[in-house]
Amino acid sequence: MNHSKPLKKPTISELETLARELRIDILNTVYTAGCGHTGGPLSCIDLLTALYFYKMTIRVSDPFWADRDRFVLSVGHVNPALYVVLARLGFFPKDELRRLRKLGSDLQGHPKRKIEWGIEMSTGSLGQGMSVANGMALAARLDGRSSRFYTLESDGGSQEGMMWEGVMTAAHYKLDNVCAITDFNNVQIDGYVEDVKGVAPLEDKFTAFGWHVISINGHDMTAIVEALDAAETIKGKPTMIVAHTILGKGVSIFENKPKYHGVSPTAPELEIALKELGA
Amino acid sequence: MNEVATRDAYGKALEELGHERSDIIVLDADLSGSTKTGVFAKSFPHRFFNVGVAEQDLMATAAGFACMGKTVFASTFAVFATGRAWEPIRQSIAYPHLNVKVAASHAGLTVGEDGASHQALEDIALMRVLPNVSVFVPADAVETREVVRVAAATDGPCYIRLSRAKSKVLFDAASYRFEIGKATVLKEGQEIAIFACGIMVAEALAVAEIVESHGFSASVVNVASIKPLDRETVVRVASRATLVVTLEEHSIIGGLGSAICECLSELLPRRVYRIGMRDTFGQSGPAPELLAHYRLTAPFIAEDILTVVRSESPL
Repeated sequence: MNHSKPLKKPTISELETLARELRIDILNTVYTAGCGHTGGPLSCIDLLTALYFYKMTIRVSDPFWADRDRFVLSVGHVNPALYVVLARLGFFPKDELRRLRKLGSDLQGHPKRKIEWGIEMSTGSLGQGMSVANGMALAARLDGRSSRFYTLESDGGSQEGMMWEGVMTAAHYKLDNVCAITDFNNVQIDGYVEDVKGVAPLEDKFTAFGWHVISINGHDMTAIVEALDAAETIKGKPTMIVAHTILGKGVSIFENKPKYHGVSPTAPELEIALKELGA
Repeated sequence: MNEVATRDAYGKALEELGHERSDIIVLDADLSGSTKTGVFAKSFPHRFFNVGVAEQDLMATAAGFACMGKTVFASTFAVFATGRAWEPIRQSIAYPHLNVKVAASHAGLTVGEDGASHQALEDIALMRVLPNVSVFVPADAVETREVVRVAAATDGPCYIRLSRAKSKVLFDAASYRFEIGKATVLKEGQEIAIFACGIMVAEALAVAEIVESHGFSASVVNVASIKPLDRETVVRVASRATLVVTLEEHSIIGGLGSAICECLSELLPRRVYRIGMRDTFGQSGPAPELLAHYRLTAPFIAEDILTVVRSESPL
């Protein structure tokens, strides 16, 4: 399988179908793990689907290919979303998803770097991925590589001071090969973001920090694809896509419920969820 | 005797490496004039990156460069590198085993007038606990150059501890070789075994002369590679001693003293007298006065060692 510059990009409806199937994979994976995060992976999976199946240039058969695009999951705790995408792409057998968080598994509870499997960086402590992506992007520029560098940030993660250090570095060095996406689902472990410590208006903040900002509905596949395409045309500054999303999107009993930020579904909840997703 | 600060030797060694290898990248956080990365920056401006006063960003950006196959040196003051940026070093450098060399200057008391906020006395401890991270403390300018070159030639993360103040050049540039995991016996002796690192190595040599004039034969070992530790040499030299002394410009908790104690209590229990900062912060003052105030100059060190070696009671 070779995903380098696919001859035919998937259509919006194909991406939507894929995202629905990946939601099913996420739920089964997190349920099997017996612990971990449910809400976040469901809020960001539309974004990751568009990134990996529509936008990024990677080679599954040659994971170390130097000119590949790279994705850093700054918001490490939504890793089930990344893992189901990588499994679907064929980086590793889908059966491995059943070993998430199990002793000896390469699918750690938060991502551990393993290029062979498409996991570009170890993350889990919020606020560090932006800087890592900047370092990668600066190195690529130095070497004349056209690779692009994507990160997934989060609303809660933007409470980390360190993230803003990276935000300033990307703007200072005019890293137009960096495109960050913020999954703004307005929920963090202790509750709604605006109750814990508000971060809005994120768009204005990133604009003030010198970024090109695109604000979208993070579940509108057309909008996501258009934003990713637009980001590539912006020169002289990095692009931030602020994706307004719903925690637990796609499963009515999880949607916008802070409780489901950091727990796995019970058996009855899984049954309801899979039914809603048409599994 | 010729005196050169190890930070100056670092800047020069980096610049030299820059000519030899195009994969060397250097990052700093607004202290390039002090850490001496500015020397590299002047010759290779396109391979030098300043991230401003942002030490956490410094480390994770360095990690990003390393992900792309670069050999990265990240520099700032030791207190910020290992304190403020400890967690990015842990998460984004040590855990993924990336090729970043954290080379920090202004370690220890000899920062001087800037005072306790800038005197890293716990940096060796902080770096030593991190899996995958080697810890090197060069004793002089010659060893600094060697450490930098060996670190650059060895894949993986390490911490290099550098000083602001000028210190004696102890080794011969033409013949000196640094090896990871090897301690160097500078002087063979009997009853007292002194293990030292950094600028304290020069003091240790002076201490050995003083205690010998009082009838005690002392070995002096330069432990530039604190992790991995040369356990074989530590045990060999300690085995003929009645008192083992550790000497460092660092807290006696967690640094060289602890490393030697850990090794000896597992392999060859011995009475160990740790000399360094005794669980206290430093203060402002000229470096030589500070060293004397905290009894870290040869006459005081020798006096304290003689008191201990003559005493049968616990310290």
